Amino acid sequence: MVNDLDDIIIKFGSRIMIPFMQLYGLYVYVHGHSSPGGGFQGGCIVAASFILLAVAFDLNESKKRLKEKLNTLFCAVGVFIYTGTGFLCLVAAGNFLDYGKLSRILPVDTFMARYYGMAMIELGVQITVMAVMVSIFLDLVTRGQHEDVLGPRP
Amino acid sequence: MGQFNYWVYVVLIIVGLYGMMAKNNLMKKLIGMNIFQWAIILFYISIGAKKGGTIPIIATTNPSATVRAIDYINPLPHVLMLTAIVVGVATTGIALTLLIIIYRRFRTLEEDRIIKALRK
Amino acid sequence: MNRIAAVVVCIIAGFLLLYSASRFPRWSDPNQPASVHVSPRYIEKTVAETRVPNAVTSVLADYRGYDTMFETSVIFTAGIAVMMLLRRSSDGK
Repeated sequence: MVNDLDDIIIKFGSRIMIPFMQLYGLYVYVHGHSSPGGGFQGGCIVAASFILLAVAFDLNESKKRLKEKLNTLFCAVGVFIYTGTGFLCLVAAGNFLDYGKLSRILPVDTFMARYYGMAMIELGVQITVMAVMVSIFLDLVTRGQHEDVLGPRP
Repeated sequence: MGQFNYWVYVVLIIVGLYGMMAKNNLMKKLIGMNIFQWAIILFYISIGAKKGGTIPIIATTNPSATVRAIDYINPLPHVLMLTAIVVGVATTGIALTLLIIIYRRFRTLEEDRIIKALRK
Repeated sequence: MNRIAAVVVCIIAGFLLLYSASRFPRWSDPNQPASVHVSPRYIEKTVAETRVPNAVTSVLADYRGYDTMFETSVIFTAGIAVMMLLRRSSDGK
């Protein structure tokens, strides 16, 4: 019989760690310009925090905090942000993904426009990687039949 | 016969290749493919080393300072292998999905039993 | 029979790989062909042209931005494919 008090150390420890993991993932993304890091690494760390929530507690806890529809929306929003930045550079009369010409829209000079263009596309990459990792994990763990394993939808 | 660090990667490649060819269980074949892929990634990253170089994060933010390329290791293999790792994750996810579908249909993951069931 | 053929093929492949590994340039040589053509330009120009000190991020997101865009679409397609192949609701819809 699995008791609720059996893994109290894991539950207590992960309840402390999960907010710090998400903050650390965001930190790794933001500091990707001047220290090792970037979009992929930050996205994986934030996804790992949701997977830890699913492993330590019930899967329903992870789904309560990051709903399935929002997760699927995040998958597409990241790619949209990336190609949207590319098309924004087209609108600003440059080549596709030519961030230097964004200085005509944003009030910065050419070199800092490349800096901010890189930050925008790394945001898209992080959102997509986080959403896809959580989505693949949930699909594989429940073998596709979300209602059979988790109970009826609330 | 060459330098010793390349022997490690060749051994990993041989282990992955043997796992893909000789094992019967589909899950073990998948693990062999994963080992093969990681051996290639490690080999590529090892090419980018430079004697006396440090990590490829430039120490100065002054745009008019001269930067010597000999002080920093090659960033290009690291960049290419970031893409390769993510593609490897995607491939492994889809391969595990296909294994679940095969198990639903045949109730087994042994390759010879699946081929026998297919031939009937 | 299957295993003997696999072992023979692996040994032959191993010898071929080791022979070609003996022809590689010296490890961590600054003049090897991988570090000579385009990568010194990336290292020298990354702060001057993009104000980003991290050479890996600037190559990944700026000089090779197309590859990163298609790689993001690859991971997106993998997520959608797993969803399409696997999801079944219990009432068969």
